[in-house]
Amino acid sequence: MPYTYNTPAQQKEMLEAIGATSIDELFDSIPDNMKLGRALQIPSALGELELTSHMQELARQNSDITHNTCFLGAGSYDHFVPAVVDALASRGEFYTSYTPYQPEVSQGNLQVMFEYQTLICQLTGMDVSNASLYDGGSAAVEAMLMAINITRRNSRVVVLESVHPEYRQIISTYFATIGTEVVTVADSSQLPNVLDENTAAVLIQSPNFFGNIEDVAAIADQVHESGALLVCSVDPISLGLLKRPGDSGVDIVVAEGQSLGTPLLYGGPYLGIMACREEFVRRLPGRIAGQTVDQDGNRCWVLTLQTREQHIRREKATSNICTNQGLFALRAAIYLSVMGPQGMRDVADLCLQKAHYAQQQLTHLDRFETVSDLPFFKEFVIRDKQNDVAGLLEKAEDFNILAGVALGRWYPELEDCLLIAVTEKRTVHEIDQLVEVLGS
Amino acid sequence: MRNNHATQLIFELSTAGRNGVVLPQCDVPVQSAETLIPNSLLQQVNPPLPEVTEPEVIRHFTNLSTLNMSVDTHYYPLGSCTMKYNPKRNERIAAWDGLAQLHPYQSEASIQGMLQLLCELQQMLGEISGLPAVSLQPAAGAHGELAALMVASAFFRQQGQHRTKVLAPDSAHGTNPASARMAGFDFVTIRSQEDGRVDVEHLKENLGDDTAVFMITNPSTLGLFDDQVQTIADLVHDAGGLIYLDGANMNAILGITRPGDFGADMMHFNPHKTFSGPHGGGGPGAGPICVTETLRPYLPNPTVEFCDESQMYFLDDSSEASIGRVRSFFGNVGVLVRAYCYIRTHGPDGLKRVSETAVLNANYLLSQVKQFLDVPHGDRCMHEFVASASPIKETTGLKQPAMDIAKRLLDYGFHPPTVYFPLTVPEGMMMEPTETESKQTLDAFAATLRKIVEEPAETLHHAPHTTNIRRPDEVMAARQPIVKWTETAD
Repeated sequence: MPYTYNTPAQQKEMLEAIGATSIDELFDSIPDNMKLGRALQIPSALGELELTSHMQELARQNSDITHNTCFLGAGSYDHFVPAVVDALASRGEFYTSYTPYQPEVSQGNLQVMFEYQTLICQLTGMDVSNASLYDGGSAAVEAMLMAINITRRNSRVVVLESVHPEYRQIISTYFATIGTEVVTVADSSQLPNVLDENTAAVLIQSPNFFGNIEDVAAIADQVHESGALLVCSVDPISLGLLKRPGDSGVDIVVAEGQSLGTPLLYGGPYLGIMACREEFVRRLPGRIAGQTVDQDGNRCWVLTLQTREQHIRREKATSNICTNQGLFALRAAIYLSVMGPQGMRDVADLCLQKAHYAQQQLTHLDRFETVSDLPFFKEFVIRDKQNDVAGLLEKAEDFNILAGVALGRWYPELEDCLLIAVTEKRTVHEIDQLVEVLGS
Repeated sequence: MRNNHATQLIFELSTAGRNGVVLPQCDVPVQSAETLIPNSLLQQVNPPLPEVTEPEVIRHFTNLSTLNMSVDTHYYPLGSCTMKYNPKRNERIAAWDGLAQLHPYQSEASIQGMLQLLCELQQMLGEISGLPAVSLQPAAGAHGELAALMVASAFFRQQGQHRTKVLAPDSAHGTNPASARMAGFDFVTIRSQEDGRVDVEHLKENLGDDTAVFMITNPSTLGLFDDQVQTIADLVHDAGGLIYLDGANMNAILGITRPGDFGADMMHFNPHKTFSGPHGGGGPGAGPICVTETLRPYLPNPTVEFCDESQMYFLDDSSEASIGRVRSFFGNVGVLVRAYCYIRTHGPDGLKRVSETAVLNANYLLSQVKQFLDVPHGDRCMHEFVASASPIKETTGLKQPAMDIAKRLLDYGFHPPTVYFPLTVPEGMMMEPTETESKQTLDAFAATLRKIVEEPAETLHHAPHTTNIRRPDEVMAARQPIVKWTETAD
């Protein structure tokens, strides 16, 4: 066995010290009739070399995005990750440590959490951030639960249809269990019909699932009039350019933080960003790092406001969450530090320019048309007038292009539509090739 | 060497005009942002992030890392967290492009290797747990608990039964009651007996036709296997309820006994504990759940299945009774890849030996520690045990001796055990050595602990003496929360 040390002689010594005659005896508290009594039926052990070969075999059966040109988005994006992110995040002192229960020997992680929280506030314009949640989708549902908690209205929440369909599915799952009505409306113009004094919160996404930028400030006014809270899911990369949610009246901001320095990873682990207005800080779920001083007056950091959390409050906690995505909050902190204000501006601008170039080139072709005149950021929808999205995707794959995400699976009325994401990594040549292949 | 370089914040290193990255020139015709997006939706100034260079970023975060204790650098017997060695081979493999650079919406045909891996992991977890139906979607142990309780809720709804209560012993992790509440249940605490096992009489008093689920951690947070578990399962099942097993302590029983064989209907694994995913300073984890065939239809969608006809792996979201999604995309796949590597590295005999060695190490440490500390729950344990520093209160006059001992351990370069948990043991110190520590390390730790217990009370009370910072004021942090840096925060 590869990771254990003790020799048979040492094991014997240890058993003697324990006063046992065999290792089996240590399991006497398990009644015999509960013991398995056979070997587990799983494949036999592999040494490092064999494991590596086996995994190479599996990896080879995947066609990853380094062998393809990726225009897939829909909540998971192929942004560039500077080498410093991997170099720092792969330090064992970071990734083999755990939740900072002992602040004296966890100042590294605690300070990173504090810096991460600050960076997220700077990026979003919000007052306070937690130290992260699982992913964008669970952050969205946690924000809705938090809003119910704050407003003490638990009968209804409202979600726009342009929020990521999987986030909406998560919300349906959670809320079906606790019996809160989830009302889904097509767009913000319908909000007046559904907002009432029992509505706790409205969830919007901007840029929304289709890439369009919502008029967040106008929606915020509408929502606040009814006494509900506005929860907004954002694309953190867009905030190099777009008005920050904190400057538009949003109460709770959530985001999928994968874009900030994390590879695609087939969907996870990712980073759930959550930030809110100051007055809600004691209702925030998840871990929070706070500044304090030690015995000698040195500035330092600790986990704080822990009386919200499950290990103290148990069934009265704000959430059952007991971890943050520490390693991915670290990656985001490194990414935002190295990008800086200008880097974030530049990456957002490159996305904006390239996405618009791609959209304009594609819609010049007879075969495609736009479905919306709303402004968009790095992602857009095109309609295939020949209604053969599957055929298009297959054809593009033959040219090693992942052309987009078919929308029909979530929106039957958009079965002839494709969602295309263009990040700063895509070159003019790649975009032209996409246009050529889809148009041919 | 004390590292004092790291304590400046990245914001304090900022100098206007510095830049950490240079992005490529735009290679498409540039249009002004104002022509593409209405001005009212645009930010007029760049986000106020710090302005630092790449070398500054490297030095800053590298220095910060050296202020952490970690498994790679220190013995870390944090009870209930299973801080075992994190194999480097798994890190390398998980970072390969062929596994890491896959988009969640690629076609199934283009990710057959990944789907095969996930499908095999489902099968292996089903076999290890004795609960054949598996969902890999939950993102953490607590998330798995919640998902499984939702499964139970959906099951009872389908059966037309209105069951409102979730029960768990007082020694349970705080996530159990918190998850129960989030899943819409009322929570009832069941007492433990003095010997740490569930008080079956108290359980009986609380069972009824409103009982939905009894959550049990077995081996318990005291490191004891509750041999009444079959009786408990029978009682709960007779009342029409389900048994949930909190799998936090699976490191003790791999290949020895299976939750499905001792009455559990549902459980979660913590692959970041049992199967050695690195803890990442507090995450990510994962929380795959395993349930009985009866409950399979209610699992979150999708699962990975193999189609005999097409000979292809595919994502199956066909179950109408499914509770739906609990997380976007497929879950914490990177953690699952490492778990897969870990299980394949060990095989059936290796996994059993993991548990045997973990239990041997824990019992050996117990045999040493009980010579100078109270261990209230007997001379034997599973993968961990809880010592109590209570008796030292009288001899030393220390009010919180477990805390003081923990802080003093830092001076000697050991990460302390989990202290003050479970809540049922006064001045508790929960020690979990794991299988990846040597006898020498355990001896050194025990000898240090003995030395500390014999040190003057003053030395303990003022510990740590050698760390960069000492005993931060947590009360002040909570009363006047400063949770972000501002120019005037100091």
